[in-house]
Amino acid sequence: MAYLTARDISLGYEGEKIVTGLCFEVDPGDYLCIVGENGSGKSTLMKTMLGLIPPLGGTIERGDGLQKNEIGYLPQQSLIQRDFPASVTEIVLSGCRGEGGFRPFHSRSDKEAARANMERMGISHLAKRCYRELSGGQQQRVLLARALCATKKILLLDEPVAGLDPKVTAEMYSLIEELNRDDGITIIMISHDIAAAIKYADRILHVGRSVFFGTKDEYLGSENYLRLTKAGES
Amino acid sequence: MAILEKLAYYMSFQFVQYALIAGILISLCSSLFGVTLVLKRFSFIGDGLSHVAFGAMAIAAVMKLTNNMPLILAVTVISAILLLRTGQRAKIKGDAAVAMISVGALAIGYLLMNLFSTSSNLSGDVCTTLFGSTSILTLKQSDVIVCGVLSVVVLAVFIVFYNKIFSVTFDEDFARATGTKASLYNLLIAVVVAVIIVLAMNLVGSLLISALVIFPALSAMRVFKSFKSVTVCSAIFSVTCATLGLLISILSGTPVGSTIVAVDIVAFGVFYLAGLFRRSKA
Repeated sequence: MAYLTARDISLGYEGEKIVTGLCFEVDPGDYLCIVGENGSGKSTLMKTMLGLIPPLGGTIERGDGLQKNEIGYLPQQSLIQRDFPASVTEIVLSGCRGEGGFRPFHSRSDKEAARANMERMGISHLAKRCYRELSGGQQQRVLLARALCATKKILLLDEPVAGLDPKVTAEMYSLIEELNRDDGITIIMISHDIAAAIKYADRILHVGRSVFFGTKDEYLGSENYLRLTKAGES
Repeated sequence: MAILEKLAYYMSFQFVQYALIAGILISLCSSLFGVTLVLKRFSFIGDGLSHVAFGAMAIAAVMKLTNNMPLILAVTVISAILLLRTGQRAKIKGDAAVAMISVGALAIGYLLMNLFSTSSNLSGDVCTTLFGSTSILTLKQSDVIVCGVLSVVVLAVFIVFYNKIFSVTFDEDFARATGTKASLYNLLIAVVVAVIIVLAMNLVGSLLISALVIFPALSAMRVFKSFKSVTVCSAIFSVTCATLGLLISILSGTPVGSTIVAVDIVAFGVFYLAGLFRRSKA
């Protein structure tokens, strides 16, 4: 049984369909990259997977015991966050959901989880710092630590390296790879960077006028890949 | 010394004590949710809702209700819910909707008061509701009790849902994606803000409420860097300024609402400079 099963999904804005007939599965331990041109509906697809917006058609089902509150998400940075006064600890802690039931305050285990994830992301020394004063790469690590507080199973990342310089980008990619390889966390990542997608992912979902879903090797020989790389060169 | 003696003399009056109690409670409540409203880019919702409350007050006056609180509260809460709903997915975008409702309610309110006026001093009445010139000094014991109860509720909601409010404010998508019922908490915030605004109408009048919501949050954000410290600072800021403003207006006979806001502006200036100083040092 897969974590996520999408059947015949249609995506679009305000009732207008951009993508139709999308079918794919995400199994535990997968590293799936979603690629495609700008405006092809990648972010919309991710928001649909998260249940933030309903699909225009088709269904997405969670399976294999994956609960709604076991999903981690690294969104693209919003405008609000740029001047938000919050310490790193506060933000990482806000990822902790607690198991069932409503509790007004964070438990000791929440705080322990936040501490452990900050250490995992190498940002323990920033714990008391203000989020808006950090560099782009540090901010992404903070948000990643928060996402890890929310899940041990599956992470959805929306362009995690957007706006980062090459060195930090490489660090970010290897961090994500470690999470997938060592911690067995399933990764679903939107990427503009085809080269990185091919390097790290084991499955590719190409969204656009024509849809592709399959393993990396299959993708390298597909029409979609050839067209995309050709478009990139011209 | 003369000032202190004069102050002590005034403090012996019950209406002054009531005004101080109500002022402190109201300024405390409004400052807590101000941080969220400012960060969520909802600063003007406070303004819009206060105009709605003014409209509701006019309707209550026309209907000759002796106790207008329930009606005003109901109308304002419903408008708050509607405004927040339209904010999510609507043809008319959030800020335009707020502007529309806000001036609409203001116009209708004044129109109603004019058409069905029972008072001989219409412009005085309107001025009082808009700028709250004297109503804080004419509170009855029952008003203070209502104000106290509502403030306790607002405070309790804020403390119990503090973490949720933080998540929903910082990143609504993340909160929803990981299983927090964000729309429920948005609704809660809207209702509480409506309650605060109806309360604050007594203190500063409906035109100046936004100041009570925005200034403490913006000032605190100049200097402090974590959500908790910003919240605590804006609460202290707000209570201090409101108390100072009240005392000054009692001593010098200036209008209460505008005096409080003037103190807020001065304090904001101080915090702004402090923020600059702190940044240049760091």
